[in-house]
Amino acid sequence: MHMTAQTHYQAELDAGRFRIQQCGACSRHIFPPRELCPHCGAGALRWTPARGTGAVYSTSTVSRKPDAGGNYNVALIDLDEGVRMMSRVEGVPPESVQIGQRVHAYVGSKDGRGLVLFAPLREAQQPTGGAA
Amino acid sequence: MSRPNIPTSRLDAAAVNRPLRGSAAIVGAATYGCGEAPGMDDMALLARAAQAAVADAGLTMQDIDGIATCSVGATMWALPVIEHLGINPTYVDSTMLGGSSFIAHLLPAMRALEAGQCKAVLVCYGSAQRSATFGRKEVQSVRRFLDPQPYEFPYEPVLPVTAYALAAARHMHEFGTTREQLAEVAVAARAWAQKNPEAFMRDPLSIDEVLAARMIASPLTVRDCCLVTDGGGAIVLTRATQARDLKQQPVYVLGNATAVWHRQISCMPDLTTTSAVQSGAQAFAMAGLKPADMDMAQVYDAFTINTILFLEDLGFCAKGEGGAFVQGGGIAPGGRLAVNTNGGGLSCVHPGMYGIFALIEAVRQLRGEAGARQLPRARTAVVHGNGGTLSSQATAILGTAETL
Ligand SMILES: [Zn+2]
Repeated sequence: MHMTAQTHYQAELDAGRFRIQQCGACSRHIFPPRELCPHCGAGALRWTPARGTGAVYSTSTVSRKPDAGGNYNVALIDLDEGVRMMSRVEGVPPESVQIGQRVHAYVGSKDGRGLVLFAPLREAQQPTGGAA
Repeated sequence: MSRPNIPTSRLDAAAVNRPLRGSAAIVGAATYGCGEAPGMDDMALLARAAQAAVADAGLTMQDIDGIATCSVGATMWALPVIEHLGINPTYVDSTMLGGSSFIAHLLPAMRALEAGQCKAVLVCYGSAQRSATFGRKEVQSVRRFLDPQPYEFPYEPVLPVTAYALAAARHMHEFGTTREQLAEVAVAARAWAQKNPEAFMRDPLSIDEVLAARMIASPLTVRDCCLVTDGGGAIVLTRATQARDLKQQPVYVLGNATAVWHRQISCMPDLTTTSAVQSGAQAFAMAGLKPADMDMAQVYDAFTINTILFLEDLGFCAKGEGGAFVQGGGIAPGGRLAVNTNGGGLSCVHPGMYGIFALIEAVRQLRGEAGARQLPRARTAVVHGNGGTLSSQATAILGTAETL
């Protein structure tokens, strides 16, 4: 059975792996996952482990009532591969997330499904998100 | 990520459309039930606005042989509209691009009119978004299923506001735009609204009140966000040759273009530059006019950042200078540019999609029917629509007979 780009991406995440696509024809990385390369139209896309490092491109604190879980972060992260994704920076107060801040990815879970989250990257820290 | 460039081939489209400049005119315009219309539904509001717009043109519903309409909820919306109005169109356009749709409907309609495919096109919309609280949650969940965004929904952005908040945060970071400058947009809209009896919110509003209002998604407070109202709006478009024999002063369509670069906010190439740079450049080129020639700008202000982005992208100021442009009452009554003279989506009316109301306000100004808010000089207008999460952009240049 054919797996769509989306189901493949999610299946990898469910197995704890953060993978993104790279075009076999023009070598550019692609996110979000697609069937065809948006740069050159080629269909030869391969899955490659994401390095997992990147920087916050923009950030917002979404207001939520304390009894519903309180405020939370929504951010756009530019991965070092040159692609952008929506995610959340965890482990710090949502208001403290800064544009330009270096972050690294890890695979968390929500409702039993894998999802990519980010944490602040400290100077000497090795990226862990791309492992496996 | 680099700032997007517009390929010159895209600007060639303006040259192709140039012969259509002024070939069609808006000959009828009307709103209905703006604000709160308890007991009304989408179709009822649309039908009443359509009836009034057709009558305004001095036509009858039987004269309408072209239709352009779409809805936030129904996927085959043109069908029940045609059925309800009892019209038999030879031209049907139900293109749905979000809030910019009705401005995007103009150019294809002009082409159909010019080709003789139809004689009178009704562009119409109605939504009881405010009153129809029943089923809102169900509609939301169906829409998430029919229009999935699997790479964003897991992070629980409150769409669309979170997307616009991310754009505002980036604009502030890159250009030093301040929350006070964002607030200026809401305060100016309110000042215009106070001159418009149709506007839903007319209480005085200060910059401090905008800043102190409840935060929705930083940096945007509830006063940086558009209203949720009911409302219907409609316009009638005919060939310019026919327009001159009708009741109203024709308002000519001098330029129109639409551009789309992305759907999800995470796929927007650069959050501080919208595809309005493309739709705007094409529309101005088709019209043979420039921003400095405009007597007013009616732009889709779903959020305060929109107005700043669109004034920059349409060429009223350089990129990054939108905050300074609106500061000190720059777009309020008496400012350097009249923007959203009805009070906009922030203070006048915003029933799900606002585009048709921006068009109608420009028509009212160009006809000299804007009452206490009437501009002393109103010969040209740029009307700009936005849809999705800064995703679809449609620009129209309108003018009176002397601009032909
Ligand atoms: Zn490629």
